[in-house]
Amino acid sequence: MNRQLSGFRAWMWQRVSAVYLALYIAYVLLRLVVSPPGDHDALVAWMGGLPMWLATAAFLVMLLLHAWVGVRDVVLDYLKPAPLRLLVLLAVQAFLLACGLWALAVLVKLL
Amino acid sequence: MQTSPRPVFLNLLQIRLPVAAVMSIAHRGAGVLLFLAIPLLIGLLSLALSGDAGFVRAALVVQQPLGKVVLFLLLWALAHHFLAGIRYLLLDAHLGVRAPYFRHSAWAVLGAAPVLALMLLWGLA
Repeated sequence: MNRQLSGFRAWMWQRVSAVYLALYIAYVLLRLVVSPPGDHDALVAWMGGLPMWLATAAFLVMLLLHAWVGVRDVVLDYLKPAPLRLLVLLAVQAFLLACGLWALAVLVKLL
Repeated sequence: MQTSPRPVFLNLLQIRLPVAAVMSIAHRGAGVLLFLAIPLLIGLLSLALSGDAGFVRAALVVQQPLGKVVLFLLLWALAHHFLAGIRYLLLDAHLGVRAPYFRHSAWAVLGAAPVLALMLLWGLA
């Protein structure tokens, strides 16, 4: 995750992922407001359809990437002592990894 | 760092930040809040997908008063981060960089975010 994801590449990926996240979130919120799934079966039918499933899996990857670059920037700006930085960055990575694995487990069960 | 005799004034309570700076700090704060909320959303989705009973419980979670307050705060953070992000993308494309627009768009983001959040809350829960 960390490798090469710095400088211009990180800056560019932050924007690419931002556009994807914005489109996905706009679609999901619009759909939830306009025609919310009324029960469990309707929710599974919507989220489990292949296009939506793939879009959600891509959303998960983009979200973790976006969150990592963003939170790393914040940590590097405000935490100066090297050991503290390392500790917090490792905690952020562990947090994101755990979130990613959990979300993946939820998504896999939908298939 | 070199020590210099220049006076340093860093009283955060007295410095008057430009509106774009307030919006920018809120963009960061909202981002960190949304980052911390990721497990909440995965948990809610997991619950809603777990079965009929889970779906009903997930719907109840966002309809009870505390759930609504948390949902509103997260929607506000999301709306702010979303709108401020669009503003940054436009700035990257050199749109709205000049004097009045730069400030006006920052005010617009700060004002529109809670309104958008309220509309979404009303539509969702």
